[in-house]
Amino acid sequence: MTARTMFEKVWTAHEVVPETPDTPAVLYIDLHLIHEVTSPQAFAMLAARGLPVRRPDRTLATLDHSTPTSSEQIFGNVPIRVDAAARQVQMLEKNAIDFGVELFGMRDARRGIVHVISPELGCTQPGMTIVCGDSHTSTHGAFGALAFGIGSTEVGHVFATQCLLQRKPKTFAVNVEGSLAPGVTAKDLILAIIGKIGVSGGTGYVLEYRGAAIRALSMEERMTICNMSIEAGARAGMIAPDETTIAYLRERPRAPRGAAWDEAVARWRTLASDPGAEFDASVDIDASQLEPMITYGTNPGMVVAINAAIPVRADDPVDQKALAYMGFKGGERMLGKPVDVVFIGSCTNGRLEDLHAAARILRGRTVAKGVHLLIVPGSQQVKREAEAAGLADIFKAAGADWRESGCSMCLGMNGDTVAAGQYAVSTSNRNFEGRQGVGARTLLASPYTAAASAVFGRISDPRPLL
Amino acid sequence: MEPITQLHSTTVVMPSTNIDTDQIIPARFLTVTTKLGLGKSLFADWRYTSDGSPNPDFVLNQAAAAGSHILVAGHNFGCGSSREHAPWALVDYGFRAVISTAIADIFASNALKNGLLPIVVDPATHGWLLAHPGAAVTVDLAARRLELPNGTSVSFPIEAFARHCLLNGLDELGYLQSKLDAIAGYESARSV
Repeated sequence: MTARTMFEKVWTAHEVVPETPDTPAVLYIDLHLIHEVTSPQAFAMLAARGLPVRRPDRTLATLDHSTPTSSEQIFGNVPIRVDAAARQVQMLEKNAIDFGVELFGMRDARRGIVHVISPELGCTQPGMTIVCGDSHTSTHGAFGALAFGIGSTEVGHVFATQCLLQRKPKTFAVNVEGSLAPGVTAKDLILAIIGKIGVSGGTGYVLEYRGAAIRALSMEERMTICNMSIEAGARAGMIAPDETTIAYLRERPRAPRGAAWDEAVARWRTLASDPGAEFDASVDIDASQLEPMITYGTNPGMVVAINAAIPVRADDPVDQKALAYMGFKGGERMLGKPVDVVFIGSCTNGRLEDLHAAARILRGRTVAKGVHLLIVPGSQQVKREAEAAGLADIFKAAGADWRESGCSMCLGMNGDTVAAGQYAVSTSNRNFEGRQGVGARTLLASPYTAAASAVFGRISDPRPLL
Repeated sequence: MEPITQLHSTTVVMPSTNIDTDQIIPARFLTVTTKLGLGKSLFADWRYTSDGSPNPDFVLNQAAAAGSHILVAGHNFGCGSSREHAPWALVDYGFRAVISTAIADIFASNALKNGLLPIVVDPATHGWLLAHPGAAVTVDLAARRLELPNGTSVSFPIEAFARHCLLNGLDELGYLQSKLDAIAGYESARSV
C-alpha cells in the first residue's frame, strides 16, 4: 500500500462523499466548538429555516472572545461593561438552550478560551476532525487531529449537517531537527518558522511539524506551535500523536475510558505519517540554532532574534509602512526599546506551562515602574491550577494584574486594550495594526521574553534571568 | 442569493500586501449578532481619523472610488482571523470582487459564500491593475476571465462548485442537505 501522510489518513476517514472535479468532498466533523462572536448569525440561519443542530452531542460552546476578565463582572454584581458583548453572551446562552447545545457559561468552572478548554477536558483527540469559527482552531492539530477555522456560514453548515464542503489541501512537511537551547521556547520556534516560510507560505497547505525537536515538545508546547500555523497562512497544522499525547489525554474528563481507551490508543498509534510518505512541500529548520525571537513589524513574519537589529529594507514600501506604524527604523536594535504593557495569555501562550515560565522570571522580582503587566489564564482550570501552585501569588507580589480567563488583550474585544502609540510585548499570536487596540504597537514574544521585558520595562533577553 | 454571471466596474486599488481581516474590520466591531450594516466599519482604522471623521488620504474616501465594486489589493489579502464579518463588511459596502496575487484560504472560502469573488491573477496582470487605479474591468464568472480595458483577457481559477452556486444563485447548504442520507449512513457505519 502507498505510504500515506497523517493528514491523508484523517481526511480519508472523514470523507462522507469524496471530492470530484465538480464538487468538493463532504467531510464529516467530529467536534464543533463554538463561541459567542461567530455563532449568532449561524444560529439565526437555523432559526430562519426551522432547522435543528443535527448533533448537539458533538457541539460544545464556551464564552471567551468578548467576555470580561474582571472578577467583579463575572462573579460579582457588576454588569458586563461592554454592552454589545453582554448581548452576545446572552444570545449564546439563549441559543444554547433553544438548540440543546452544552455551554460552559460565565460562571462555569470549565469555561475558558475554546482552544484551551477542549484539550484540557480531553474533548480534543487524535484522528478527529475539529472545526470552530476561529482561525486558531489549528491549535488542536497538536494531537494529530485535522482542525481548522471556518466562517459563520460554515458554522451553520456544520450545525445543520455535521459536515463541511471542502477541497483537499496540499501537505507541507516542516522538519525541525536538533534541540532548543535553554530559554528558547516553542513560541520562538514557531515565530522562526513563520519568519522563514512567510505569512502566506502555508496558504493552501496543511502543515505537519516533524522531527526530533517536535517530538521533544510537551503537549502544551505543541499546541503553541500548531496554534500559529494560520499565521503562516496554513488553515491547519498537525503533529503525530505519540506517548506524550497519550499520557496527556489519559484520565482527562472526556477522554475514553476502559476498553474504549485501549481501542482509541491502538487507533491513535496508527495515525503518524508512514515512512516514505510524500509531502507536496517541505522546509528544514535546525532548532539548535534558534534564539528567543521577537516581532518588530505588523505581521508575525516580521520577526528577528532578540539580539538582532531590525532588517534594513528601505526599498520595500510594505516594510516602511510597518516600521512607521511601529515607530521603528531599519538597523535599530530591538533590545532595550521601552515597553508600556506586557500581556501574558491567549490561546497561544495562556496555559499552565506558560504561566510557570512567566513565574520563573517573576519570582522575587517586580514589574518595572510604569509598566502594566496583565496575566490572563487561558481557562478557569488553568487559573485554579496556577493559584494552587502559588504562581498567582508570585505574579501579584511582582505587581502583575491577575485576571479571570478569556481572550482578553489578544484582540481587545472586551475592553482590555493597549492605548494608541503604546508598546506591548505580548505572548499572543497577532501583531497586526490595531489588533490590541486602535494604534497599539504589538511585539510578539515568548512568556519568558514577555516577563523579562516587564521586569526591566524594556525589551529584554530573558536568558540571563533564568 | 442573486446569481452572478458578469461584473463590470471600475477598480479601487489598495496596494498594501498582507491586508489582514483585522484591518478589513477591527475586532471591536464584531460584537454584532447580525451580518447587516457592517459596511460603515469597513477598514475603520484606516478610513476614519481618531475623531471619527473621514481620513481624506484613504482611498475609499476619494471621489474616484465612488461606485466601484472591485477592490484590487496587494498579495495575501484577507489573512489572519476567520471572521466572516470581513466579507460581510466588503459586500455591505458595495464590493463584489477582490483581485490579488494571493488571497488567504479562509477569507476566500467565506467570500464565495457571500457573493464576493476572490480572484487570483498573475503578477503581470496584478502589476497592470495596481498601476491603473480606476480601470474599468469586466469579470466574466461564466468564462472565468478577467478583461482589462487594454484588451488583455486573462483566465482566473475558481473552485468549480462555488462557481456553479454563484452562477445559479444557489446556497451550498442545499447541496449538503441533499447528502443527509449519506451522512446518516456514514454515522451508522462508524457508530458515531
